[in-house]
Amino acid sequence: MLVDLIEECNMTLLEIENIHAEVDGRPILRGINLSIEAGRIHAIMGPNGSGKSTLTYVLTGRESCKVTQGSISFCGRDLLSMEPDERAIAGLFLAMQYPVELPGVSGLTFLREAVNARRKVAGEELVDSMEFLKMVRSKANSLGVSDEMLKRSVNVGFSGGEKKRNEILQMAMLEPRFCILDETDSGLDIDALKVVSDGVNSLRSSDRSMLVITHYQRLLDYIEPDLVHVLAHGRIQKTGGKELALQLEQRGYINFIETAA
Amino acid sequence: MSATADTLRHVEEFTSRAYKHGFVTEICMDMAPKGLDESTVRFISNKKEEPDWLLEKRLQALNYWRLMKEPNWAKITHPPIDYNGLYYYAAPLDKPKLNSLKEVSPELLVTYEKLGIPLKEQELLAGVVAVDAVFDSVSVATTYKKELEKCGIVFCSISEAVRNHSELTRRYLGSVVPSMDNFFACLNSAVFTDGSFVYIPKGVRCPIELSTYFRINAQNTGQFERTLIIADEGSYVSYLEGCTAPQRDENQLHAAVVELIALDNAEIKYSTVQNWYPGDENGNGGIYNFVTKRGICRGKYAKISWTQVETGSAITWKYPSCILQGDGSVGEFYSVAITNNLQQADTGTKMIHLGKDTKSTIVSKGISAGNSNNTYRGLVRAGRRADRARNFTQCDSLLIGDKCGAHTVPYIESKNPSSRIEHEATASKISEDQLFYCTSRGLSAENAVGLIVNGFCKEVMKELPMEFAIEAQKLVAISLEGSVG
Repeated sequence: MLVDLIEECNMTLLEIENIHAEVDGRPILRGINLSIEAGRIHAIMGPNGSGKSTLTYVLTGRESCKVTQGSISFCGRDLLSMEPDERAIAGLFLAMQYPVELPGVSGLTFLREAVNARRKVAGEELVDSMEFLKMVRSKANSLGVSDEMLKRSVNVGFSGGEKKRNEILQMAMLEPRFCILDETDSGLDIDALKVVSDGVNSLRSSDRSMLVITHYQRLLDYIEPDLVHVLAHGRIQKTGGKELALQLEQRGYINFIETAA
Repeated sequence: MSATADTLRHVEEFTSRAYKHGFVTEICMDMAPKGLDESTVRFISNKKEEPDWLLEKRLQALNYWRLMKEPNWAKITHPPIDYNGLYYYAAPLDKPKLNSLKEVSPELLVTYEKLGIPLKEQELLAGVVAVDAVFDSVSVATTYKKELEKCGIVFCSISEAVRNHSELTRRYLGSVVPSMDNFFACLNSAVFTDGSFVYIPKGVRCPIELSTYFRINAQNTGQFERTLIIADEGSYVSYLEGCTAPQRDENQLHAAVVELIALDNAEIKYSTVQNWYPGDENGNGGIYNFVTKRGICRGKYAKISWTQVETGSAITWKYPSCILQGDGSVGEFYSVAITNNLQQADTGTKMIHLGKDTKSTIVSKGISAGNSNNTYRGLVRAGRRADRARNFTQCDSLLIGDKCGAHTVPYIESKNPSSRIEHEATASKISEDQLFYCTSRGLSAENAVGLIVNGFCKEVMKELPMEFAIEAQKLVAISLEGSVG
């Protein structure tokens, strides 16, 4: 569906060039350069306050993050000129660190609205609630999301694990070209981490890219990245293979913080 | 901080779209002369071919009314209403003594279609909803009447009921809301033109939802509906009322009276969706809606349930109430009130516990946007004999933007030490987090507002009959966003 929507991308899906951004007037990102090809998984690791979440919000268009310099192209389109909903429909998805509660809005309704928003743009027929439940069920089951959970208000009273599983379910339903996972491992026990990672891995494909943000190497045992970047002080300080994550696990971020300072 | 301002601007944009139902049907009108005096009242009574007892009641009300003053305790302001500058009676000229929709003037049907009122559809979907459609002041079409007659149910215009069921109307009309109850009810008692009458006989469960669509059309015409519903012992009825009105510059006065009577073990469910013209963003035009709705549970274990979704009108002044007289009787009030731009709503309920073991539940959801003011005003009273009376009240307010107001004014009076009354209240805002969460999934910002607000109202929406719930959800979205379907 989205493939029809978006013109065939080049090998490079996302191209971030010299991005500077601030939040409430404070500079957070100070010149990020990152290029992600289709089918690749990149991980970003970094200490608290390094700008990881800000980067996700710059990509998804959250108003509180102001881009002061630089450009981002997504499938050849100027991402920064697009509204958050346009970016989502173009194939960007952010699995949030802290998914938001929507009291009174059932998970099923929420997901259906999101799917229908895409169908509307594509000029396809909208899906009704009965039909939709059938569509969701198999994907939901593999993530351990029950019908009962789908009928509950979005994220209201969910455990940490339920919230994250729900994010991955949304991702599975919306079939994005580019997935951003913001500390998806936080608040998960080993079993939940396994379920969520399996869900993510099942979405790996040659035309889908991912940006996995995490503090810990542990997640990368489950979701294996092609490249690892270290973000500190608003810049990518180092890029390497999977082994970089192991190094960080042993030595911490302290070297990068000193280098930057 | 600019981001927050930007979010607000977006929300405001979506919350101030033009009213969808602003159009006017051109049909010749038969009108009473402008102004209000004895001759107006006689004109109306004469037009309706009413019996003397009703004319006398009307004239008596007019005399009371002249001595009364407009109430000023509500949190609303408006320029003075010139009661003598209004027309009190208007009827479509092509006099409607009709047996089917085919006989209704095509222009009228087009109007209904524009409003999305599925009158034709309903005729096709036989047995789903019976419609006693009110166009201005005269009933123009009554469907499913015969079906109902088979069960002994009377569902007709109040004028017809006065002529054909005088025993019931004489006994019950004004028995719950007496003429002198309040200024607007008194005005209504003098000049009411039409409305619906329902009688459900003993032990009968009304097989279909009863529905009336109101529509104010004639310029400068006050609309004075009068509705009377009587549920005899052990009976059940669900009544739906919905309304929209065309756009006009001048304010239009509406002062309806609704009376419900539930006898032993009877249950009445009364649902309203109100979408009258709210005025433009500058507060020009819009309906003044001063309504008196009250039900009495006369019998043991009777139940009256009010559900309302109020999105329209420049001013809403409305307190659907329950008098819980019979022992073990139950009163419920579920309300969604949305105000936007310069709309003002002062609405709530009164639960008057008189009998033993009476119970009441109040769930009120107020949503304010733009520069509007939204007030919940409610009274819970437990009388001396109301042993073990119980009430639970929940009032939630949702604010959109920072220029609107939400107010909660609960009055609680207990004269019985064994009564138990609970009141909970919350106030919150639509957060930027929630909006972003939705838009980051591909929902447009306007769709997101609609979804979040409908979620906030869910407890009330689920009380609406199925047929109405979808329409109401659309309305909630429309009144805040303009175009979400």
